[in-house]
Parts: sequence; structure tokens; C-alpha cells
Amino acid sequence: MSTAIPIDTRRKTVTTAPAQSIEWLGIVALLAVMTAQVLGVLNSPPDRDMGHLQKIMYVHVPAAWNAFIAFFAVAIASLLYLWKGEERYDLVAASAAEVGTLFTGLTLALGSIWGRPTWGVWWTWDPRLTSTAVLFIVFVGYLALRSFVEDSDRRAQWSAAVGLLGALNVPIVYMSVKWWRTLHQMQSSPSTVDPEFVVGLRTNGVAILLVLIYFITKRYRAARMERAAEHLAERVALGGA
Amino acid sequence: MAFAHDMRRVRAIVWKDLASERRSKAGFNAVAFLGVLILLLFGFALGPDTEALRDAAAGALWLAILFAGVLAFNRSYQLELDGAALEPLLLYPAPRWTIFAGKFVANLLFVLLLELIIVPVAIVLFQVKSGAGWLPAIGVNLLGSVGFVALGTFYASMASRSRAREVLLPLLLFPMLVPVLLAATEASSSLLAGNPMRDAGAWAQLLAVFDVIFLVASFLAFDHVIEV
Repeated sequence: MSTAIPIDTRRKTVTTAPAQSIEWLGIVALLAVMTAQVLGVLNSPPDRDMGHLQKIMYVHVPAAWNAFIAFFAVAIASLLYLWKGEERYDLVAASAAEVGTLFTGLTLALGSIWGRPTWGVWWTWDPRLTSTAVLFIVFVGYLALRSFVEDSDRRAQWSAAVGLLGALNVPIVYMSVKWWRTLHQMQSSPSTVDPEFVVGLRTNGVAILLVLIYFITKRYRAARMERAAEHLAERVALGGA
Repeated sequence: MAFAHDMRRVRAIVWKDLASERRSKAGFNAVAFLGVLILLLFGFALGPDTEALRDAAAGALWLAILFAGVLAFNRSYQLELDGAALEPLLLYPAPRWTIFAGKFVANLLFVLLLELIIVPVAIVLFQVKSGAGWLPAIGVNLLGSVGFVALGTFYASMASRSRAREVLLPLLLFPMLVPVLLAATEASSSLLAGNPMRDAGAWAQLLAVFDVIFLVASFLAFDHVIEV
């Protein structure tokens, strides 16, 4: 008696279930960002030392927070993929990595614009700057790996490993560069800035978190559709329906 | 008993990789010459000022090791792929980590041999004086090479099997190497200057910690990446 051998039962592949529209989330995120700017820019006085330059903080700091949330999501999703082998975790990791890289780039660019008039330089070799730059490059490498590998199982497995090692590297780079030199001011958080700045910072944190969630969800939907199309193409190529 | 068997497998892979390298020689010679060439280029770029050269020596040496050594890692898998030998290697009833360990040791010996050639060249070209004795400097070189080769062997197991492998390996590997490069360069240059701040030991310890972390991480992750 012969029994059908299931091919690779560990893999659960995604399907194209029609998804609910999430455009409302995009609109909410946009409104939240606008409100947060109004609260931050109009409600807070100019900084004693930096004047209106300080307003950059409202986007720079929340973008950095949210980039870290995104990379944390990459690490978790990568672990889950290696553990469970379900395709959706790979797609979550990929989506979060893309958005996290974008936000890291934004953080670096805004920080640079702020640093030029404040510190007098566009760039300085400080631990936080340097480790953020390394983080950015690590995940650019992650995205490059994804685009250079065609086989989907291989791509998922490899990028999960690379994503995890990349996340592991962040504290290590930070520690080593910290030994090397230090200049960055204490990072701004609601407990280190004046109360007048707190409202703008908090609302921006939430607003940009909404943008993050919207981007990742949007990107995840697109990735699912791409994968479903790939699966369909595979099935057709194998002579199935 | 099983462990002794695994060690035999590791030795066999090391022997196989080194034997094929020794018999062709082409790879090693080209890589070593490239390392020397990079040192020369650094010399030209930094100018003939002896003091400036001496200050930059440790950094230039480590970058030469990185840029030349990175070529060895893809090669170590490319030879397998060319002969369609990776699949049979994976089919042997043995734990996968033995493959990683074998490749790691073979690559480490390759890189150490490379250093045996380019370190003396760097000493001559950059007029390096032994500040704090050569023995600690050799120790730092060993530690730096272990971290470099562990990550290089791991990332090459993926990069060598993808499109655009020539550019993908450095792109993945070099950002990960920042801590190793930093600690190794700091320890080396501190030693060459006679260890004035007494910080070479701390950097070397940090380097050893990185080595352990990266070795464990790449050993664990290798199982997942080699099977697909």
C-alpha cells in the first residue's frame, strides 16, 4: 500500500484571501502626523540654545524609535520563521525591514541636517550615529540579499538568519563604538526634555508609529500578492490548474 | 565516541579544502599578491611621510587583510559548487556543523598564511617599529582573524550560491565586521605605539568576546542556511 508523501509539510504557504481595505489607517496616520506637527511646532517655544532648529527633534526622535520597533519586529518574525517555517513570518520580516530601513535613513538624514548648525558638522563619529549608520547598511545588505535570491524558501531561510545576526550586531557595534569615542548629547525622550516639548514628541511618536504600521501592513499585503502570484506561476509550470 | 567521529569529519574537510588549494595555488598566490598591492596603494594614498604611515599602519594592514581575505571565502564554496560537490557533502550522515567547522578551519589557515606574507610587507612598507613586542601583536592578529573568518565563512555560504555573489558577500560581511575591525585595529595600533594608554589588553579582551559571540551565532545559523 502506498501513501502519498506530503511534500514539505512544514511550509504553510500564503493564499490570496481578499483582504479588507486599510486605506482608512493611512488617512488616520496622515491626520495624526499633521496634528502632531501642529502640536509640536505651534505649541512649543523656541529652544533656549537651538531656537526653532529643535523642531527637527519631533520627527527625528520618533523616526528613530519606530525604526527600532521595526527592526525588533524583523528579529521576532525571523525567529518565528526559523521556528515555525510559515511563509507569512518571512513576509512580515521583509516588510518590516524595508520600512525600518526607510525610517533609519530618515533618522540619519534629519540628524545630519540638525547636526550641521548645532555641532558644526554634518557627520561625527559618535556611537549612536555610527551604530545607526551600520544598522542602516546591515539592513540594506539584508534587502540586497532578498533581491538577489530567487528561490523563495532559500530567500526566507537566509534572510531570517541574516536578519537575526544583523539585529544581534546592533548592541555589539554600539558598545564597541562607545568605547571608541562619544559625543552625542543625551538622547531626547519625554523625561529629558522640557514639559513644553513633551506633547509634540509624544504625539509625533504615536503618529509615526501609525505611519509605520500602515506602511508595514501595506507592504505586507503587496508581498503576499507577489508570493501568491509566484505560487500560481509555479503550479502552472508544474502542469496544475 | 560520536564527537571523535565528528572531529574526523572536520579534519577531512580541512584537509580536502587545503589540498585542493595547495594543488592549484593560483587562488592563494593571487590573493596574497592582492593584499600586498592594497598595502602599496595605501602607501601611495597616504603619502611618503613616515610618521603618517606609521600611524595608519594598523588600519591599513587590517583593511588589506579584509579586502584580500574576503576573496577566499566565496572560493571555498565555489570550488564545491563547480564540482557539484556541496550536495553530496550535505548528504553524508553527519551533523552540519562539521562542514562549517571544516570550512572555518581551512579558511582560517588560509587567512593566517595570507597574513604571514602581508604582515611583514606592511612592517617594511610602513616602517613599523615593534612598540610592545611582537608576541601580543601576533595574538591580536589571531583573535582578529578568528572573528573575520567565522563571519566570512558563514556569509559566503549564502553569497556564493546567489546571483551577484562578488558584491553581495562584502555588502553583507563588512558591516558585520565593524566591531571586529575596530577592536583589532585599536589593539594593534596601541601595541605598535608601545601600548602607551595600557588599553591594548582591554581591546583584545573585547575582541575575544566578539569572536565567541560571532562563532556561536554563525555555528547555530549555518545549520539553517546550508540546508536550503
